[in-house]
Order: sequence, then structure tokens, then C-alpha cells
Amino acid sequence: MSTTEQTEQTTDKKRVPFTWVAVGIAVVALLLAGVVSYYASANPDGLEYVAEKTGFIDSASEHGAADGPLADYGTKGVDDERLSGGLAGVIGTVVVLVLAGGLALVVRRRPGSTEE
Amino acid sequence: MHVPDGFLDAPTSIATGAVAVVAVGVALRGARRELDDKTAPLAGLVAAFVFATQMLNFPVGAGTSGHLMGGALAAVLVGPWTGVLCVSVVLIVQSLLFADGGITALGTNILLMAVTTVVVGWFVTRVLMKVLPKRVGTVAPAAAVGAFVSVPAAAAVFTALYFVGGTADISLATLTTAMLGWHTVIGLGEGAITFLAVGAILAVRPDLVYAARSVIAERDLVIKPKEAAA
Repeated sequence: MSTTEQTEQTTDKKRVPFTWVAVGIAVVALLLAGVVSYYASANPDGLEYVAEKTGFIDSASEHGAADGPLADYGTKGVDDERLSGGLAGVIGTVVVLVLAGGLALVVRRRPGSTEE
Repeated sequence: MHVPDGFLDAPTSIATGAVAVVAVGVALRGARRELDDKTAPLAGLVAAFVFATQMLNFPVGAGTSGHLMGGALAAVLVGPWTGVLCVSVVLIVQSLLFADGGITALGTNILLMAVTTVVVGWFVTRVLMKVLPKRVGTVAPAAAVGAFVSVPAAAAVFTALYFVGGTADISLATLTTAMLGWHTVIGLGEGAITFLAVGAILAVRPDLVYAARSVIAERDLVIKPKEAAA
């Protein structure tokens, strides 16, 4: 490989811009949490099912946040089931995006600064 | 696989809590090497995607369902250290806001779904990528297998924890068989979702997939400034 190729930092002219990819992932996540989640299976998950069948599901205690405004993926005060769950999903997705993205921005390497 | 409060006794929950704190602490240091101006927002997006996808329980038969854990997926997309952080944030939000996964079981859930799935998923993916031809096309299948294996692995860790500190008297053999059996089936879903998600990003921007960087490194050499030790 020639040195010019390396220093030029070869980028394909036609590649998809990062912003599009970011928007794409965000839109898909919001649609999954806000709309598709309504159609998710309501059956107990693997662990719950095993706990029921082997007989230790009753050892679970009441969740400390069980009365929270978004408990069990529903929005308190919103009666429509589809809207209640979808809203909770959208809020959760945005909260996770902000918290995880913010954390990653704090942790990241900053060009030019060697000290924290 | 969100463990509620009360399944495990207090000493076990405290121990898993301590392990989780250490793991997240180490991940915070390690993630620094993986994250820059571009991958940091990507990490937020991957965490959001994992949260959204965890809401989608898929039926696995006999009245049971499963959902993505996402550790392997996050590790492959944004790196293993960042992957631990992404899934940990998801689990913390789920527990505190959505009452999904006990608050005293948060350490247990981080250990199972953020640490175990990332470690096992990443390890299996990397081993497969070493064995398979060095092509971008092998990344998604390798990730899918890593994701598949990570689910019964997390189930095995739960079973071990239950053996040590379970609050009910359950036969270990029964619990092991049931947990591993169901979670092997759920793992198929984990593998499929991981394959699709990794494949989709690879198709548009392979350079954004952390695990694919070693494969495309020869083609796209970028010299990074050496970092001074903290």
C-alpha cells in the first residue's frame, strides 16, 4: 500500500453518511418500542416460566418501583393500551439513548486532550 | 431473564452487586479506548436499540417467550467494554423506571445480561472470526453464533447463582435442565436478531461495526495518536 493512500484516509465518496445511519437506528428503535412492542408475546419469559414450573415464582417479592408512572411498560393515566405501552416504549428508548449516549460522550477519548 | 427481587438471598445479591460495580468500573476505563466522537453517539443508539428490542418478546412454544439480551450485539457493534456499559444502562432504566428486574437484583441482572452475554458473545465471535476467512461477510454469522451461545451461558450462570443463594429449595438438576433447555431455544432468536442487526449495519457502513474493523484494517489504515496513560 502506498503512503499517499494511507495519508489520504481513503473514504468512499458514495458511502452512507453517519447521520443517516444514526437516524435510521433511532427510527427503527422508536418504531419497535413504540409500535411493534404492542404485538410482542405476553407469555412469561424463559426464567419466569421455569420459575413457575419448578415452583419458585412465589419467592419473587413486590418490586420497589411497581407503582411508578411507567411500571410494567405502561404509562399511568393513559387508558388506551396501545398508546400507553407505545408511549412507555418511546420514553424508555429516549431515556436510554440520552443516558448511554451521554455516558459514552463523557468516557470517550477527546482529540487534543491527554488529561481528564 | 430479568431476575426479580427475592429469587436470590441477600448475601448472593450483595456479592453479585459488588461484582457488577467492579465490572462496570473496569468497563468505564476500557470503553475509553473504544469511544471517540463518532462511536460515542453510536453507543447511545445501540443501547436504545437494545432497550427497544428487549420489549419484543417472541414466543418460543409451550406458553413461553424470550427476548433479546443484546450483550453480544452491543459488543460486536461498539466493542465489548462499551457493550457492558450499554446493556447496564438498559437494565438500570428497566429496573428503576419500568419495574422490570428487581432493584436488589440489579447486580445479578448486570452480571447475567450485561457481563456474561458480552464476555461469552464477544469471545465466541472473535474465535470464529479468527478461524473463518478474513472477510466482512463472516462478521454477522460469527456474531450470530456468539449471540446464540451467550443466552444459555447466562442461563447457566443464573443456575449456578441459584444453587449458591436461591431462596427456594429446588432440585439443581431440574433447574439446570429447564433453564438451559428453554434458553437454548431463546438463543436462536438472539442469534437471528443479532445476525439481522449486525448485517444491516455492515451492509451500509461496515466501518461502523467494531468487530469488523480488524477485517477491514488492511484496506483502510487510519493512524491514531498514541494515548498517554492516565
